[in-house]
Amino acid sequence: MSISLSAPTPVKAATATHCPYCALQCGMSVAVDETVTITPRKDVPANAGGLCQKGWTAGELLTSGDRLTTPLLYGEPVGWDEALDFVAARIRAVQEEHGPNGVAVFGGGGLTNEKAYQLGKFARMVLRTSQIDYNGRFCMSSAAAAANRAFGMDRGLPFPITDLGGADAVLIAGGNVAETMPPFVRHLTAMRDRGGRLVVIDPRVTATARQADLHLQPAPGTDLALALGLLHIVITEGHVDEDYVAGRTSGFDGVRTSAAAWWPERVERITGVPVARMRLAAEILADAGRAVILTGRGAEQHAKGTDTVSAFINLALALGLPGREGSGYGCITGQGNGQGGREHGQKADQLPGYRRIDDPAARAHVAAVWGIAPEDLPGPGRSAYELLDALGTAAGPRALLLFGSNPVISAPRAGHVTERLRSLDLLVVSDLVMSETAALADVVLPTTQWAEESGTMTNLEGRVLLRHQAAAPPPGVRSDLEILRGLAVRLRGAEGFPADPREVFDELRRASAGGIADYAGITYERIAAGTGVFWPCPAEDHPGTPRPFLDRFATPDGRARFVPVEHRPPEEDIDRDYPLYLTTGRVLAHYQSGAQTRRIAALNAVASEVFVEIHPDLAERLEVAPGDLLRVVGRRGAAEGVARVTPAVRPDTVFMPFHWAGANLLTNPALDPVSRMPEFKVCAVKLERVG
Amino acid sequence: MTRLVIVGNGMAGARLVSEVRARDKHVKVTVIGAETWQPYNRVLLSNVVAGTMLPDQVRLLDPAWYADHSVTALLGVEVTAIDRETQAVLTADGRREPYDVLVLATGSEAVVPPVPGAAGAMAFRTLDDCRAILAAAGAARRAVVVGGGLLGIEAARGLAGRGLPVTLLHLAGHLMERQLDAEAGLMLGETLAELGVEVRTGVVVEEILGDGVRLAGGETVGADLVVLACGVRPVTGLAGDAGLEVARGIVVDDEMRTDDPSIFAIGECAQHDGTVYGLVAPAWEQAAVVADLVTGADKTSRYRGSRLVTRLKARSVELAAMGETHLTEDDAEVVRFSHRARGSYRKLVIRDGRLVGAILLGETSAVGTLTQLFDRGSPVPADPAGLLFPGISGSAVAESPVRMPDAVKVCQCNNVTKGQIRACWESGARDVEAVAAATRATTGCGGCRDVVEGIVGWLCEQEGISV
Repeated sequence: MSISLSAPTPVKAATATHCPYCALQCGMSVAVDETVTITPRKDVPANAGGLCQKGWTAGELLTSGDRLTTPLLYGEPVGWDEALDFVAARIRAVQEEHGPNGVAVFGGGGLTNEKAYQLGKFARMVLRTSQIDYNGRFCMSSAAAAANRAFGMDRGLPFPITDLGGADAVLIAGGNVAETMPPFVRHLTAMRDRGGRLVVIDPRVTATARQADLHLQPAPGTDLALALGLLHIVITEGHVDEDYVAGRTSGFDGVRTSAAAWWPERVERITGVPVARMRLAAEILADAGRAVILTGRGAEQHAKGTDTVSAFINLALALGLPGREGSGYGCITGQGNGQGGREHGQKADQLPGYRRIDDPAARAHVAAVWGIAPEDLPGPGRSAYELLDALGTAAGPRALLLFGSNPVISAPRAGHVTERLRSLDLLVVSDLVMSETAALADVVLPTTQWAEESGTMTNLEGRVLLRHQAAAPPPGVRSDLEILRGLAVRLRGAEGFPADPREVFDELRRASAGGIADYAGITYERIAAGTGVFWPCPAEDHPGTPRPFLDRFATPDGRARFVPVEHRPPEEDIDRDYPLYLTTGRVLAHYQSGAQTRRIAALNAVASEVFVEIHPDLAERLEVAPGDLLRVVGRRGAAEGVARVTPAVRPDTVFMPFHWAGANLLTNPALDPVSRMPEFKVCAVKLERVG
Repeated sequence: MTRLVIVGNGMAGARLVSEVRARDKHVKVTVIGAETWQPYNRVLLSNVVAGTMLPDQVRLLDPAWYADHSVTALLGVEVTAIDRETQAVLTADGRREPYDVLVLATGSEAVVPPVPGAAGAMAFRTLDDCRAILAAAGAARRAVVVGGGLLGIEAARGLAGRGLPVTLLHLAGHLMERQLDAEAGLMLGETLAELGVEVRTGVVVEEILGDGVRLAGGETVGADLVVLACGVRPVTGLAGDAGLEVARGIVVDDEMRTDDPSIFAIGECAQHDGTVYGLVAPAWEQAAVVADLVTGADKTSRYRGSRLVTRLKARSVELAAMGETHLTEDDAEVVRFSHRARGSYRKLVIRDGRLVGAILLGETSAVGTLTQLFDRGSPVPADPAGLLFPGISGSAVAESPVRMPDAVKVCQCNNVTKGQIRACWESGARDVEAVAAATRATTGCGGCRDVVEGIVGWLCEQEGISV
């Protein structure tokens, strides 16, 4: 394999752009000459001058010796034509034998809107496959499904992030923003400086929980019961906003009745959260003039994640929060373009503009934009885990094109997923470094990264932002848009696959027009002239929509819907053989599968190895000392890590970060029936000391 | 098609109906309840007496639920007999309801003590009882509650919360004597006294009068409202008349089946492995087992008994008790903390390294950890003090810049230690902005700004530099 160290060529000094990592999309200026200099932007509300260590050091990957700079065919460097010819020929052969669905596409929530859109179009129009999904299924899908059924629209935060600073109370269920997106905490600090109170629900005493005025520490997999208990208290203590419930919602009677069965003492026994603390939490929310309830992956990544989010939305609705200025419910989006990535067609059941692929009107609209007949559009395909699980099987796809994802590390039951990837006739991976998944690929295509290309990202607020190219890519590297054009031309001689992001965006605007996520009125110029544009924005003279629910919700009758839900235990509960819960999460220094951040020396110095957090009582019983090597054993695999003994984790629970190979060898792929989210956050394990 | 008939529409019966429907849409389900109400949540009745919930807010199923789920509900209908020969139940209004599977969920009834005048007192058991108590409480000036168990205490607390002077009379030497030891019972009484409930233990009620209660020894306690909370007994008449085996309750096996294989019993009327349970959690577990078996969802489902955790639901009284709280040092390890002046009492009973009993009174922040240790039978740490005082080990005291070692990480977001800040100061940085520019400390979440300011200020002070 040839790896060349090539310094990026300067484009211009100090380009205003955004961070490559999480959904906060902090504003930063990037200046490139011999070195890369990053400074935080003060004009972007999300970070307002702040950056975490990931952001400060993001430039290192531009000059990293680990960059891929030439296509690889079976590990050997080849030219682009040879690589793309090979891929096109193999796709043709596979589809001749197995039909259009013999080839699958897997995308990512870090891709720009333009790439996500183009990937969906490529799959449906060029490959004509229904088999496309993306890693956002592992990220936002439960929150998205619950928001859709309650509000008729899924926009992460349906309000500007600066509203948090003006709130009197914020409840975060299963989110650790102090590690995942540190500048987010500035908004919480602003709230607390004004006397507002922060409530955090997390099985661990996380960096975020430590800042909370009240921390509720439930057993893993019991957030849903806790939300029902909080709602019960809100009802019995007379805190329901009856006027709001009557005027702006439907379905409360059923939810009121179902919550009656979740009295706090019952919930206490399931969750381990003392009744007195639940009462205090309910009181804090009820006493607040303005309150916000947020959910994160901790509450969402369960086989009951959608219902759990619904339970928190029910709580927010009972208190009269959503659609009131300064208050509301929101989810804390994870990946950089987790929001935009789920709106424009790389999801198995969707077309651009957050349209449903099984809706005839949506099909007709998008087909017209693409210049094809609606009946030529495939229908819905498999969800992410189901797709990965089907790879190489008799009924499943035989070839996979993968962009912006690293499922060998990030998918549940990762050992099995790796086997499935190995069983393919053809695996093509587009990446900037040799990720663990790229290492399995027949063909690796070296692609541009954030500062080397332009494109739009939609951040956690639903604000569409513009990343400007700040550096020239290393010679030999192409953008994903160029790669898709190259394949489209080879496979169909197809027009309509421009490599210029602006051209793609202009088409995306037309394709999304009239949809839920309507970008029709958003232009690069409008974004650049201000601090981004909130969707929906149906026309160029429309101001965008920072708070879409102030007057009505996006349901047919304009009312938010209460959805009755019931708690159920984790799919895999602890027992005699596997007596401990495993829960997984993140550390500050790394992003997602770590493919980027593990290659940055300063970050690796802070967090260089996988670890296992265990409680001192458990450590004492198992005679484990800090630094001992532990093997965590579950029903689907085993993983090793260094013991960290800390009272921050419950005595019945161990925690592992998932940025390295390991944690996801253990996680449970049991899926949520609505969102198809796997149960990442809880499974049963036992601990063994190694050596 | 299986015809399932359930007698009793209380917490057990109503739960069974929804558990069955959650598993099977086709079983023909008929539920017969003697009360005219929609099934309601008995656990919440003390809230109704306390006035924090209205009677129509405690229902378990909405009226429309039955129609939506094709369940026939006969409310206000009394079942008079079971005809086991032809497999049918007979009702007071002359119906004959045939069954393939019959489940008895007849619950229990309030015990009325055999003293003169008892008919003039009010029981505290049903929603109707609550309404009667509420109606009487409006005009009453003084109340007596007879019975210092869980329900009696909740009723007394609820009435006192309405501003009514209440005297709680209890036969045993201390309150909740089944769940609590004497010291906890005494301290509970003191806590209640502060909330306006006068507690008298070791007293025998001899007669209920029109204007109060006469005690053994002749003393009269004045009251114009007398509530009886003297315990409950299982309702087993139907089962007994039908020739089913009845001890204290209707005897069932691990499938909750009586000695007639087509008849089950669940909830407070059932006796499993020698125990009649008076709490909701076991009844709901039993309902799930019967639903599994009747629908065939899980033919291996069995009920193996329940561990009991008692939580008092009375405002401003925090009390949890579980398991074998009466064991002494002769049979177990007992860990106790008692602070009578604050009404705080904590007790752990440990046997073979497992928690077998516990009492928490006054301060219950440990209750979640304890119930989960108790429920799961997990090992207790060698030093159980942390269980009594959660958080005692975890609270880190914010260190002053003076005593903080150089290696301490001050800025987590950008991984900056005190030593790096000191070095930065030594090379000329004199304020937070300069330190931030050089080290990136404070530029992430911003949470360390105060600490960085403190360090810089302290360094300047050391050197006599004014800031």
